[in-house]
Amino acid sequence: MKQNFASFVKKESLHILRDTRTMLIVMLIPVVLMVLFGFAISTEVNNVNVAVVAPNRTDGIRDAVERLSQNEYFTFKGYITPDDIDPYLRSGKASAVVVFASDYDRGVTQAATGVPTKPVIQLIADASNVNTAGSSTAYLQSILLGAASQQAMFETRMLFNPQMRSAYNFVPGIMGLIFILVCAMMTSVSIVREKEVGTMEVLLVSPVRPVKIIFAKMIPYFAISCVVLVTILLLARYLLEVPMSGGVGGIFTISLLYLILSLSLGLLVSTIAQTQVVALLISAVVMMMPILMLSGMLFPIENLPKFFQVISNIVPARWYIDAVRKMMIQGLPIVAVWKNCAILLGMTIALLGVSLKKFNDKLE
Amino acid sequence: MNDIVISVRELSKRFGNFTAVDRISFDVYRGEIFGFMGANGAGKTTAMRMLCGLSYPTSGKGSVAGYDIMHEGEQIKRHIGYMSQRFSLYNDLTVWENMRLFAGIYGLNKSQTEQRATELLERLNFSSECNTLVGSLPLGWKQKLSFAIATIHRPEVVFLDEPTGGVDPITRRQFWEMIYEAAESGTTIFVTTHYMDEAEYCTRVSIMVDGKVQALDTPTRLKQQFAAESMDEVFRILARGAQRGE
Amino acid sequence: MRTFIVLLQKEFLQIRRNSFLPRLIIAFPILIMLIMPLIMTMDVRNVNVAVVDLDRSTTSQRIASHIEASEYLRLTHSTTEYPLAMDALEQGLVDVIVQIPDHFERDLMVSTPERISITANAVNATKGGIGMQYIVQTIARTLAELRGEKSPTKLSELVTIENRYNPTLNYRHYMIPALMIILFILICGFLPALSIVGEKECGSIEQINVTPVSRLTFTLSKLVPYWIIGLFVLTIAMLVARLAYGLSPVGSVGAIYLGAALFILTISGFSLTIANFSETMQQTMFVMFFFIMIFMLMSGLLTPVDSMPEWAQKFTTILPPRYYIEILRSVYLKGTTIAELWPNFVALGIFALCFNTLAALTYKKQA
Repeated sequence: MKQNFASFVKKESLHILRDTRTMLIVMLIPVVLMVLFGFAISTEVNNVNVAVVAPNRTDGIRDAVERLSQNEYFTFKGYITPDDIDPYLRSGKASAVVVFASDYDRGVTQAATGVPTKPVIQLIADASNVNTAGSSTAYLQSILLGAASQQAMFETRMLFNPQMRSAYNFVPGIMGLIFILVCAMMTSVSIVREKEVGTMEVLLVSPVRPVKIIFAKMIPYFAISCVVLVTILLLARYLLEVPMSGGVGGIFTISLLYLILSLSLGLLVSTIAQTQVVALLISAVVMMMPILMLSGMLFPIENLPKFFQVISNIVPARWYIDAVRKMMIQGLPIVAVWKNCAILLGMTIALLGVSLKKFNDKLE
Repeated sequence: MNDIVISVRELSKRFGNFTAVDRISFDVYRGEIFGFMGANGAGKTTAMRMLCGLSYPTSGKGSVAGYDIMHEGEQIKRHIGYMSQRFSLYNDLTVWENMRLFAGIYGLNKSQTEQRATELLERLNFSSECNTLVGSLPLGWKQKLSFAIATIHRPEVVFLDEPTGGVDPITRRQFWEMIYEAAESGTTIFVTTHYMDEAEYCTRVSIMVDGKVQALDTPTRLKQQFAAESMDEVFRILARGAQRGE
Repeated sequence: MRTFIVLLQKEFLQIRRNSFLPRLIIAFPILIMLIMPLIMTMDVRNVNVAVVDLDRSTTSQRIASHIEASEYLRLTHSTTEYPLAMDALEQGLVDVIVQIPDHFERDLMVSTPERISITANAVNATKGGIGMQYIVQTIARTLAELRGEKSPTKLSELVTIENRYNPTLNYRHYMIPALMIILFILICGFLPALSIVGEKECGSIEQINVTPVSRLTFTLSKLVPYWIIGLFVLTIAMLVARLAYGLSPVGSVGAIYLGAALFILTISGFSLTIANFSETMQQTMFVMFFFIMIFMLMSGLLTPVDSMPEWAQKFTTILPPRYYIEILRSVYLKGTTIAELWPNFVALGIFALCFNTLAALTYKKQA
């Protein structure tokens, strides 16, 4: 019987390995995602193009513009006329325009000596990009007023991620997504394909117990996921320099739990879906979308409307991603995320139970 | 009768190391029902796909309806009809919509389409089913419909790839009646099958074994040549030497 | 021409008969446009702040109350013990800790006080970074106010800020154009590929291949339906944006449709090319998923292209959605004209031409 099982696993593995293109993509997706999030995508505001309107170029204005063009966040795009403001902003040649009043110098001196003064600088930002507008006006304000000295009042510290890499936040999200993709989506589609083609019946009449056939189908995907897991952890550690000071043991444990959960989900989908397309759609709508939207991978859960915050509780990836973030980046031990583990374990047991029952019911 | 419609010389197709079709040569004359026999995997379908312009030959020459199969595949397609082994009409279209589609593809205009489709539907006794979705028809009906659609533009040659696979004997009979009718009106029929009794209905029969044409003649003369009672026996004698399994 | 018409008729009939597609085409855009703007908020609000007040003075209380009053910040913990705040941060209850040193108020009056320490949880770099800025600004303003009680003009009053095109800084207005593009990518990107591969899997494509239909005609018959569907989806999306979020384009609707027409052709042509190289649905899905992922992340839909490093910015020039998001955002929010955006339209036109030529050329009738 053992022999039989092993030969089934071998058959399934060959099946998967033969489709080199899909294999390649599965291995490539996490690598590309890690590189993009690690080095390309940034939400930090950088390279903001700024144009200046100055009716007369006094020394004070020259000074202010000098400070502006030396700042690494801004690129000074030159002096323009008031009529150019709108065309510049509309065509994206500038994201913000600084308009100096003609009595700028006087205003600044007056303010410094305590005489009440009207505003002498107008900042016009292209607010079609909200985050850029918000932070660039704030930066500009402090640069122009020379208020940067206020910064000396503060000692700031960026905990866990001093280089402010957005990848840190996304690596656990990528893991949550990829494992569902490989374990749940691929397994369900491959089981349903056998149903569609009719080879499932042939397997089911063989003397091997049906559950074993299913396990044999799952083992290769489980193995691929483990390879992906190790790849991601290596990339995270050595490419992105995520400290992982909490050790990798905990991450492995909870990831294995999550893998089993994903496989059970895949099995469940395969018992519901009759065709590959339906399996793909169920996977996309019921699994991928919630993970992308409601797991906190891209959009922080606390920003969601209340209703969606409640729904996010039933998305397994939410608990997994949260736990991995804490262990991987904050270096917490696994005991600190026991609640997440317990919830995932509960979900796994429930899903596995339901899907095995459904699977057996289908057979009778 | 000496008008050659299909001519093949030393035609081969290799996939990597595997030679699916191995230097076959033959001619098919106008109005013939040419039976193309062979066990599964003997290379029938591969040879037929080359003749239809679906697949390029690795070497050798061939022409169909006067056009070269290597370079004039698209010209050939105007003059042939094809019915594949797998049922491949659109299941989610009705009988009528399928007919209109293929008539349109072959360049029949509206009134021609109307006329031709009505004629075919009547001959098939299908008029009442003309708005039924093809997917809900029984297999035998689907096959007859496939054949009708393959001849909708009155092609010079019709290629039929195992047209009667999985069909009950009565429908098979009806199907062959349709083939005869088409042949009488001057259409050349090129048909593959592995039902040996069907071989008896053909004008001439070729038998492929392991990618090669091992015998080609009228059924009567083949039986004489191999001193056999039936085509079935002829086939078994030839197939004994086969290397390829399923 | 007749051939093309019957093929088109067939595609529409098949879409209509499908039990799922018509519903998808109508319901999906509505749902996405209704729900997603609520979810896709990456603007930073609700930053939870813990104040560790070692000074316990009026100044420190003033700082705390300003934090509480800020629309972006939420004062959730007030304590005198740093470890307590740190625990809360580790559990994710708090995003930023502000520690006001002992004797801060006293020192502020006479000399330079010990600095206020601010610790942000930067696991989420955006939230950490922007949250930090908000805090620094809020406290700086409080301090300036305290000092300014002696002087009549506050420094910050010298500057007025105008947030043009989106005065309320509504993040949804920023995301809605991106959502429209995501809809195009999902609907006009996946469906044509699945339709071709579906025909491959069920064998009907062979029946087409054996007819004299030209590659171009067949490719066009697969493109045109999704082109029309795409424009229909755009119309639904624009209506929902208007009715649910009160967002109507400032610029010309014509420019939006022209851009959409070119963009949908591009993305469908790309999709058909992928399908020509794929055998099974699973393969198609994965390959498409891979590219769509790059399109979505790198084109500036979610994060600004300007913030990327030089090499990445160069790379984005080969991504078609990058050109259309620029068109859509600027026409929708800023009223930019076609004349100002012509390079984007030209780029999209070239992409559309290239991908569709490629789709027609890689379609193999004869193997």
